[in-house]
Amino acid sequence: MTDHAIVATHVSKQFGDTVVLRDINMEVERGKVSCLIGPSGSGKSTLLRCIAFLEQATSGTILVEGQPLGFVGDGKDRRRQSPAELRKVRSKIGMVFQQFNLWPHMTALGNVSAALRRVRGMSRSEAEDRAMRQLDHVGLKERAGHYPSQLSGGQQQRVAIARALALDPTIMLFDEPTSALDPELTGEVLSVMRELAAEGMTMVVVTHEIGFAASVGHKVAFLDGGKLLFHDTPEAVFQKPREPRLEQFLDTYLDRGAAMLK
Amino acid sequence: MTWKLFSLLLEASLMTLLVSSISILVGLGIAIVLSGMRMSGNRALFAITGVFISFFRGVPLLVQLLLIYNLLPVLGLTLPSLATAIIGLSLCTAAYQAENLRGGFEGVPKGLVESAEMAGFSPVQTFIHIRTPIALRMTFPALVNEAILILKSSSLVSAIGLIELTKMAQNLAASTYMPLPIFASAGVIYLAINLVVAWLGRRAENALPGLPTK
Repeated sequence: MTDHAIVATHVSKQFGDTVVLRDINMEVERGKVSCLIGPSGSGKSTLLRCIAFLEQATSGTILVEGQPLGFVGDGKDRRRQSPAELRKVRSKIGMVFQQFNLWPHMTALGNVSAALRRVRGMSRSEAEDRAMRQLDHVGLKERAGHYPSQLSGGQQQRVAIARALALDPTIMLFDEPTSALDPELTGEVLSVMRELAAEGMTMVVVTHEIGFAASVGHKVAFLDGGKLLFHDTPEAVFQKPREPRLEQFLDTYLDRGAAMLK
Repeated sequence: MTWKLFSLLLEASLMTLLVSSISILVGLGIAIVLSGMRMSGNRALFAITGVFISFFRGVPLLVQLLLIYNLLPVLGLTLPSLATAIIGLSLCTAAYQAENLRGGFEGVPKGLVESAEMAGFSPVQTFIHIRTPIALRMTFPALVNEAILILKSSSLVSAIGLIELTKMAQNLAASTYMPLPIFASAGVIYLAINLVVAWLGRRAENALPGLPTK
């Protein structure tokens, strides 16, 4: 058993003739936080979705906690996992989406408890007790009876985090979790994520929040044009003389920050 | 037009309500199953639903009712008119409701299905607990509309011998020689029922929580 929660090996992804990911090799250590940054269209979200098997990598393998996810074997022997196998390995992963993707016909409590009841087979009261504790954890116990449409974006995203955590994943994937939020609402979501990182959750975070990546990430991965250019500590990525593509990418952020200060 | 005659019409309208409401609900159930078959990815199931929907939307309801009424005995099934009427109306409305629902199912954002998938729901569970409730909410106004259409179309089951509002009106008109007040009364009763259905529908629509906002 390695110390790696996620191992992506030679992962490539094509949509028709468009190559989105080129031979990505990446490892995420257990208990660590990796932040994926890069310009839009660089393939960072696609990589995250390939790890979760929401997109199928054209080639390569993904190991989650030592077990293959999505495809088994490589090269000629590569075949899709059975749905039951897939669900079993995937149950180790919790996923948080840019658009929250809460189910609009269920309350916050319903969203968090639904899979506990339907997938884990808990009784209603057991599932709701547990869901309530998760909502409390993200500071939303009082909003348990609210529907997503009655919650702010930041609150919706925290419910979505609680929904994922309720299933006891060992890995959490975040796909631009604050990109759909008003700037004043990103803080509450980032602080929940910070707390989660401090508790030792393995996390992969696709983000535009460079500050978060630098302060919370144990590793920062920089993607450009479908290639993984760096996957290293924030110090190494941000402080040494930088590779021109990264420099250019960071400059646009600094410019934007500077523009906001004016 | 006496109270006695009017009360006979009211009584018969209960049969109209009974046949229509059962047919709407049974039809809805069939429509959901049809939608599931259609979305299963299985070509044979997809083809079967296509044929079903084309047939029941393309053949006049009156002809369908007469077909079923005459076909069942050939198959060795002798059912009361009420059952035959419900079968005919249910199958017909199911085809229309399946088409209505299609728009709803297509409108369920992909992300909501992905989040269900990541939460461990099987495709069938996702269909039952996520897709269907959302599709139903999105197409609820069309469902109310269909309920009103079926309430009116139920007058056609008078052709297979069921004594509902229209048939009762015809019978009374023939025996009293007062067709005008009797058919006018029947019309008023249909209108009143449908106004109530439309009103209830709007109230229910407002009470239904949360549609996807995107």
